[in-house]
Amino acid sequence: MASVESWLYPQEAGLFCKPGGFYVDPHRAVDRAIITHGHSDHARPGHDRVLATPETLAIMDQRLGPDSGGERQGLRYGEELTVNGVTVRLAPAGHILGSAQVVLEWQGQRAVVSGDYKRRADPTCEPFEPVQCDVFITEATFGLPVFRHPPDRSEIERLLRSLATFPERTHLVGAYGLGKCQRLICLLRAAGYDKPIWLHGALIGLCELYQSLGVPLGPLESATTANPRSLDGEIVLAPPSALRDRWSRRLRDPVTAFASGWMRVRGRARQRGVELPLVISDHADWDGLTRTIAETGAPEIWVTHGREEALVYEIERSGRRGRALALVGREDEDE
Amino acid sequence: MKAFAELLDRLVYCPSRNGKLKLMSDYFAATPDPDRGWALAALTGSLKLSLPMRRIVRELMERHADPVLFELSRDYVGDTAETVALIWPEPESQAEPPSLQEVIDALAGADARTGQALLETWLDQLDATGRWALLKLATGALRVGVSARLAKLATAQMGGVDVAELEEIWHAIAPPYESLFAWLDGAAEKPEIGSALIFRPLMLAHPLEEGEIEELDVGDYLAEWKWDGIRVQISGRDGEARLFSRTGDEISHSFPDIITNFAGNAVLDGELLVVRDGDVAPFNDLQQRLNRKTVTKPMLSRFPAHIRLYDMLFAKGEDLRELPLEARRAKLEDWHAANQSERTDLSPLIETKNLEELQQLWSSTREAGIEGLMLKRRDSPYLAGRPKGHWFKWKRAPLTLDTVLMYAQRGSGKRSSYYSDYTFGAWRDGPDGAQELVPVGKAYFGFTDEELAKLDRWVRNNTFDRFGPVRAVKPELVLEVAFDAVHPSPRHKSGVAMRFPRVHRIRWDKPAVEADRLETLKKLIVR
Repeated sequence: MASVESWLYPQEAGLFCKPGGFYVDPHRAVDRAIITHGHSDHARPGHDRVLATPETLAIMDQRLGPDSGGERQGLRYGEELTVNGVTVRLAPAGHILGSAQVVLEWQGQRAVVSGDYKRRADPTCEPFEPVQCDVFITEATFGLPVFRHPPDRSEIERLLRSLATFPERTHLVGAYGLGKCQRLICLLRAAGYDKPIWLHGALIGLCELYQSLGVPLGPLESATTANPRSLDGEIVLAPPSALRDRWSRRLRDPVTAFASGWMRVRGRARQRGVELPLVISDHADWDGLTRTIAETGAPEIWVTHGREEALVYEIERSGRRGRALALVGREDEDE
Repeated sequence: MKAFAELLDRLVYCPSRNGKLKLMSDYFAATPDPDRGWALAALTGSLKLSLPMRRIVRELMERHADPVLFELSRDYVGDTAETVALIWPEPESQAEPPSLQEVIDALAGADARTGQALLETWLDQLDATGRWALLKLATGALRVGVSARLAKLATAQMGGVDVAELEEIWHAIAPPYESLFAWLDGAAEKPEIGSALIFRPLMLAHPLEEGEIEELDVGDYLAEWKWDGIRVQISGRDGEARLFSRTGDEISHSFPDIITNFAGNAVLDGELLVVRDGDVAPFNDLQQRLNRKTVTKPMLSRFPAHIRLYDMLFAKGEDLRELPLEARRAKLEDWHAANQSERTDLSPLIETKNLEELQQLWSSTREAGIEGLMLKRRDSPYLAGRPKGHWFKWKRAPLTLDTVLMYAQRGSGKRSSYYSDYTFGAWRDGPDGAQELVPVGKAYFGFTDEELAKLDRWVRNNTFDRFGPVRAVKPELVLEVAFDAVHPSPRHKSGVAMRFPRVHRIRWDKPAVEADRLETLKKLIVR
């Protein structure tokens, strides 16, 4: 029996399934692509044919407009499809709304491309489903043992405590616009925060999309058009790039927070000029990565973007075969 | 420990002074004794823990983490103690984490071996922030951007008292300061000072800005030279003496030459200098003597310390602080006549007939290598802090240099969206003979908000490269930089370092090629 490497391997445009004739998350426009989720380093514009979950397609529509791809096909979690003899199934990845692992079967072998994933409960998406396989292809964004995300609830409590300490200051929270922002809102709602949450203009469209896809977010307001004084003591969400830029000048003496797994490391938080770092991540932490690798039962693990060196070392230490897969075009996103 | 850890975590990221004050005073109000007192001790640097933490941390990790993973993690995090705090497994037991009191009590009596065992136990009970705070505490230096003064101010604010009152008793009380907090809570009288040799809070001067001198009636003031040393207080009685820095830190151990030569029952205010054969040495020489744990004999003879006295707070136990300056000065002169020492002299009073003469003297200060003048109201009592309208420092006119803006970085706090930190350079001949800029300094202030907005726009529009948070800008904008002095510095590429540089004027009109050269700056080095 030929190894998985003979039919699934990296090419210049990205990870390619030869018998299927498609790429998974290619970084440039191709003929045929399966997209794991809507983040821009995975969902690139201009493919001729796109296969993804209906939610991911909706997200791509909103973000890419007419460039979201030619022929688009939705595949629900759990449904199976055969593409040139390769069985394709999408399993929930728990990363953001619509995010999926791509389960590929060919000639009795099964490979799972995880895309990005996390193991934490997330009110905005389906939980990650471990799939038994021969080769598991994992991300490694937080592939160092120093990355261990604390419970979300304690981070949200820190934000609410800070609001109590500085009740007259706006709490400006940087959050990646797709996924993190909506999850943060849901976490705040779950903690009992029911006041309006104010949004930077770039976040409004995606929040509306989430709501239309059945994720309730409670009362939201536009921070861009609001009188800055009315934002004193309120929570304002903005994309990370706006935190220390001209947009934030409208706010009087804000407490700048940033919700990201990177906030675990003090140097990263300081670099960002963040006053209140919140360790809330949509990626698996070290324990999540190693646990997932064990649960897939895969004897062979391929590691894509992130800190792959430490994770490959750990994989080999646990008696599996580990391999760093160099894929172009993946970045440490502001997650 | 949990509340203390969270406090440190918030402080270390908090850019504003008011924010830090609020965080600390909230903590002191919400935390019971004795933990809050220990926290105050830690924040004011009053804890003396001296475990060999480097070794302890290394040994802990050898036992608890895979060496390859630890090394990779350390490389990424950049700090060993933080890496340990992050990589340590999360607590499995629900054991209550230790209180600050328990930690400090136990560590104070620990040696390297028992200290390591204690840390191990606690690391197993704390979360990541708690582990980080514990390791910081055990190293003895918190480094969370809080000065002792700020921590005291927050304590005073919490109790609704003037910080001067707290400063006055500070050196008579000891951690965990239960008597202090009892007083602040209104549950007890103010702690007694007793008769110990303690630091008394100093009286500070306001800077005199350009033109303000004309508003003063110089006849009401005594004038002195402004000495370029550090402000100290010396307190002596019964053959014992103590030397304090302006913040009240005892620095006697660094200056045995001063202490052994001091006799008398008095509390005096003066300037600590290095004086050789009657001449004041540059500030750099004094720096050789500061912050030293041990002082060698060659140090003592190469950099002899000296105090130039200018005020007297107590004489033979009598509090003189209510008296007018002139009366205190007379008592100081009497005292000094009776207690001559080769390590002290009096800061002479400068006699002038009128404002013009004073202004002439001031203009000559740079040439004379003197920092400026001090003007003190003849009738001023000795008041703690920086009371308005009594004492003024009139610094010599700064040097200036036309430089070219090279790099800009965003500020912090209120300025975090503005490119407000500027690195500027001067021209020199490059290796190929072409003109090149070499950085000569950094400035963060000296401009108005309006100018800042304009500079910020200019930086954004003229960026040609970025390195992380730093923008490199086209060498086209001339900044006239003011600075107090320039010294040789092998640590800088230019070979020089400016003292107190600030933006004096933005020369939107001046072509960058006409900015000054490095040689011009080097000529301004004194000695």
